[in-house]
Amino acid sequence: MDLAYFQQFIGKSSKPVKNEVEKGAIRKFAQAIGDPNPLYRDEEAASQSRFGRLVAPPTFSRTFDYGAIEGLEFPHAGLIHGEQSFEYVKPLLAGDVVYCTTTLVDAFEKHGKLGRMIFLVFEQRVMDEAGDLVQKARSVVIYRGQEGGA
Amino acid sequence: MARFQVGDRIGPLVKPPVTKTQLVMYSGASGDFNPIHTVEEFAVQAGLGGVIAHGMLTMAFVGQMLTETIGDEGALEKFGVRFIDMVRPGDVITCEGEVKAVEEAGGWQTVECDIWATKSSGGNRVVAGQARFRVPV
Repeated sequence: MDLAYFQQFIGKSSKPVKNEVEKGAIRKFAQAIGDPNPLYRDEEAASQSRFGRLVAPPTFSRTFDYGAIEGLEFPHAGLIHGEQSFEYVKPLLAGDVVYCTTTLVDAFEKHGKLGRMIFLVFEQRVMDEAGDLVQKARSVVIYRGQEGGA
Repeated sequence: MARFQVGDRIGPLVKPPVTKTQLVMYSGASGDFNPIHTVEEFAVQAGLGGVIAHGMLTMAFVGQMLTETIGDEGALEKFGVRFIDMVRPGDVITCEGEVKAVEEAGGWQTVECDIWATKSSGGNRVVAGQARFRVPV
């Protein structure tokens, strides 16, 4: 798979996928990352906060299903996660129903000490049921063909 | 709440050593089942010398430092990192930051900071990036 293959998908998005923010999923996530914040675990504490419900940790939205860009297929096993960023517009709370999409916004090639690397830049959007943006994320993943990787 | 000033240090948050069990838990919680994080043989065959932690796990540690710094009344606005080096089971991750810019308006401070995490084995940065948050004054 060469750069031209990926470049034909620049600007293409997945169809929105419905995701529910489950309180059990928030708790498991908080437990896995070892974050004791009561807003992630304790419904009583959360109900007395300004949020009123359990809150999702800042990187929780990575767990959502963003769907697939039609036709874009490549092996994920050897991908390297290069960069990740989030922009938060509204809080993400237990019980929220959100619609998620991913878009390939750029694809470019670099030659480094690991040889040829293709950089894929994806933008993920999380929208609420009213169609308003909740948060936006940007992921840079590095594709090195069939070799192994991090 | 105390006001943030340019040059203020954030953290450090020192996490307990990363464990293989934690990588299995994070795989389950995140849905990222790439075997390089959980299957020793696969990770060795991939040339990694053993399983490595998810970059997103380290980023979540930095997220914890930020939310603990910001408090419940504040809000994180932007949070981004580059993944620089691998984290392995046994590594102790230390998250830190430094305030680079502060604006104050309407009863809120908007704070821009550099953020990073280092590992105990070697002490070099494993992630580095920027965050922006607001806190009530």
